[in-house]
Amino acid sequence: MNSKVYDVAIIGAGCCGASIARKLSAYEISVILLEKCVDVGFGVTKANSGIIHAGFHHPLTSLKARLEIRGNLMFDQLHYELGFPFKRVGIIVVAFSVEEMKTVEHLYAQGVANGVPRMEICGRERILSLEPQLNSDVVGGLYAPTGGIIEPYRYVFALVESAQKNGVDVRTHFTVEQGIKDGDYWIVKSREGEEIRAKYVVNSAGLFADEVSKSFNAEIYKIIPRKGEEFLLQRNARGLPNHVIFPVPGAHTKGILVIPTVEGTLMVGPTAIETDDKYDIETTSQNLETVFMQATYMVPAISRREIITSFAGLRPTLKGNDFYIEPSKIQPHFIHVAGIQSPGLTASPAIGEYVKDILKQEGLQLVEKKNYDPFLPHPIKVRELSLEQIEQVVEKDPKYGHIVCRCENISEAEIIEAISKGHTTLDGIKFYTRAGMGRCQGAFCTYKILKIVSRETGIPIEKITKRGDNSWIIFKRLQALAENTPET
Amino acid sequence: MQERNYDVVVIGAGAAGMASALKVAEQGLKTAIVDREPFLGGILPQCIHNGFGVHLFKEELTGPEFAERFIQEIIKSDIDIYLNTTATSMAVHQPIKQINLCSSQHGVFRINARAIVLAMGCRERNRGNLSIPGTRPAGIFTAGLAQRLINIDGYIPGKRVVIVGSGDIGLIMARRLTWTGAEVLAVVEILPYPSGITRNIVQCLNDFNIPLYLSHIITKIEGKDRVEAVEITPLENGAPNYAKTFKVACDTLLFSVGLVPENELTQSAGIKINPETGGPQVDTRLMTSAEGVFACGNVLHVHDLVDWVSDEAQRCGKELINFLQGKTEKIEQGKIVVGSNLKYVLPNKYRLGEANRFSMRSLIVRDKATLVVRQGEKTIRQFTLRHVKPAEMFHIELKPEDFKEVVINGELLPIEFSLS
Repeated sequence: MNSKVYDVAIIGAGCCGASIARKLSAYEISVILLEKCVDVGFGVTKANSGIIHAGFHHPLTSLKARLEIRGNLMFDQLHYELGFPFKRVGIIVVAFSVEEMKTVEHLYAQGVANGVPRMEICGRERILSLEPQLNSDVVGGLYAPTGGIIEPYRYVFALVESAQKNGVDVRTHFTVEQGIKDGDYWIVKSREGEEIRAKYVVNSAGLFADEVSKSFNAEIYKIIPRKGEEFLLQRNARGLPNHVIFPVPGAHTKGILVIPTVEGTLMVGPTAIETDDKYDIETTSQNLETVFMQATYMVPAISRREIITSFAGLRPTLKGNDFYIEPSKIQPHFIHVAGIQSPGLTASPAIGEYVKDILKQEGLQLVEKKNYDPFLPHPIKVRELSLEQIEQVVEKDPKYGHIVCRCENISEAEIIEAISKGHTTLDGIKFYTRAGMGRCQGAFCTYKILKIVSRETGIPIEKITKRGDNSWIIFKRLQALAENTPET
Repeated sequence: MQERNYDVVVIGAGAAGMASALKVAEQGLKTAIVDREPFLGGILPQCIHNGFGVHLFKEELTGPEFAERFIQEIIKSDIDIYLNTTATSMAVHQPIKQINLCSSQHGVFRINARAIVLAMGCRERNRGNLSIPGTRPAGIFTAGLAQRLINIDGYIPGKRVVIVGSGDIGLIMARRLTWTGAEVLAVVEILPYPSGITRNIVQCLNDFNIPLYLSHIITKIEGKDRVEAVEITPLENGAPNYAKTFKVACDTLLFSVGLVPENELTQSAGIKINPETGGPQVDTRLMTSAEGVFACGNVLHVHDLVDWVSDEAQRCGKELINFLQGKTEKIEQGKIVVGSNLKYVLPNKYRLGEANRFSMRSLIVRDKATLVVRQGEKTIRQFTLRHVKPAEMFHIELKPEDFKEVVINGELLPIEFSLS
């Protein structure tokens, strides 16, 4: 069987895989990014809270702390180059007792040791002036202005787009089933019956990193999914804070957060519950209670009446809770990037660099590309433009004047752009453009988007899915119409 | 930016927008009507069932037929029609109002107008608003979206359907889906009584033997890619009895769980909202907190019959004309107080010297209910209502002689409505 040959194959197009791919795209090597889902970022990353942590939660003895701190510093440059939504809104940890203030002091000391800049221990007045929405019982807290927020899927889309622009191949619907060593190469076989060859394989398969490792006859370990449920509240919801609000952390989790998202909605969560089911992304009513009890304790104005949607995701954790990023000791040219739970998103740019260095140590020749272009054109978003600017873009392309998603103000041209970038599922378009993410949750725009996708791609409406596989949306055409009229 | 000048701009070309636009254009006012969709009629064209027009036209019409009567009038009139056009923002706190619009056909442009009618209608509450636990597969639709997909676009959303909520659109869709060959397995209603009007319960569920589960809730949605099943749990004494939970295998879930007036444009313009209706606060002229900005139809409060929407919109048009002619500037208005067992009373003011028509919704289900109207301590009118329930809006009219001009501290004495 003839299969295409690469220097590096990266398994899993989440924030780590995408980051590694983009980093490697700066060098004269051939790279392929393999993803089992219908689109990139559709695994663990999709449900990420989108926090760019400041770097005071973990001691420097852990790999994750070192990568977190480095990663945090890299986001301004990445944002400048790629244009995904990112704001350094700052993080506040709130303490409600003298005991909790002791933990705040510990976090502060840890942050200082980690080199986190401009942190502040705040008394009650200072913390309330920073965040007037807080419960007035607050006694003080920690302020870390370098913390921030991003939209995780937009970040991954941008990384992948940039990687593709610089020559990386991306294959979706490629579920890695087995890796077989054949001389200098790995033969990577997919469940879908395809195969590719690569000298090096990077296993950034998230929840499935343990299964991938096993299928390559590399180290045996167990990824333990830790579930998190989040609730999204409408734009300008009551209680919308200025900063990301953290409670004083517990043993395994940073606690329930109150997050002002980068798009102006409010998010509360996540819970942290271990599960043994890698597909368990159900939300539950008990956790709704827990999340809102804790969130409203910190910010009393938050109201569950303003929920527009809820979702759950799974953090891929390993025993010991640190990241596991190293070359296999059993199988040469196989690199583990596993156990990337929080603060994985923050660390991901640094993980890209770190894995690049590992590959170099493992013998991969890395010569910088002369024509490497780190920049992406920033997509036009009608909702962010002034009337005059909208006028200009509508003159160039009238489809910017046709608002398809009324809640988030997304134009037809933006939908078409998402489709042209390969996002042809409803969720792909939603994550790329925000169409369907607002208060009506797609009730007014779903039929319009279905028609646009069908028109632009030729996919019949019955074959369009929400997120690939069996997630069909339309059963069939009305019989009378199907018989008498052509498809529109 | 291109600017156009009108006396009146109507935002939304559904039942309310069309009726109010026709009323004002009748008087020779230069009028524009704007809608995001490529056609006039709003949601009516997708409501292909009958039952429209019984009060207004004294005959039973389908939604498209009802809409067509207005559409033909609009086309014949001098009203300028802007379709596929979205109103993005407006400045309303000066005598000449500015409405910014955009469309692929006209680009970005501004309408300057002496008065605005808000007629943007409403949207459906959805699964997220209810925080129903479970997975988030494909196959979850609001009833209105499913109706649109079938009746306008010709696409059937699923084969085995459970409907959540017994709102009118959900009931209509139970019948419509059955006619497409789909199987409607259950209609699940949290309340002990249906949310939709009685006629729809009989004609859409009973006639097709579709089970209606009152006092039941959906406690879980299952399915990885597409909906596979839902869990239904009865409520007993207000709490779910999980021991009696049962599962229904299905591939589609429709939500018909209430409507919310669509007032983001209104709010962004700084117009005050009534938290009980979700619509703007209005006085007896149906004028909002911004002078010269009027509201009618479902953007003001959610109606159960389109006939009442058209009726309200025509009144709104008349009031707007009077306003522009300077006839209502100095009218005195008193406050309305919403008393026991009423969700809201609309408008939020009353005025002397003429008949006042009020729309209201009950919080209770009761036969032979009594509506008491008081001014101060004095009961000024009493109405016996054959049957009240939250799902059915009712209207009453007070005559000019019903209330006296009683002024306390420079204000007319408020009128209070209460139901028992």
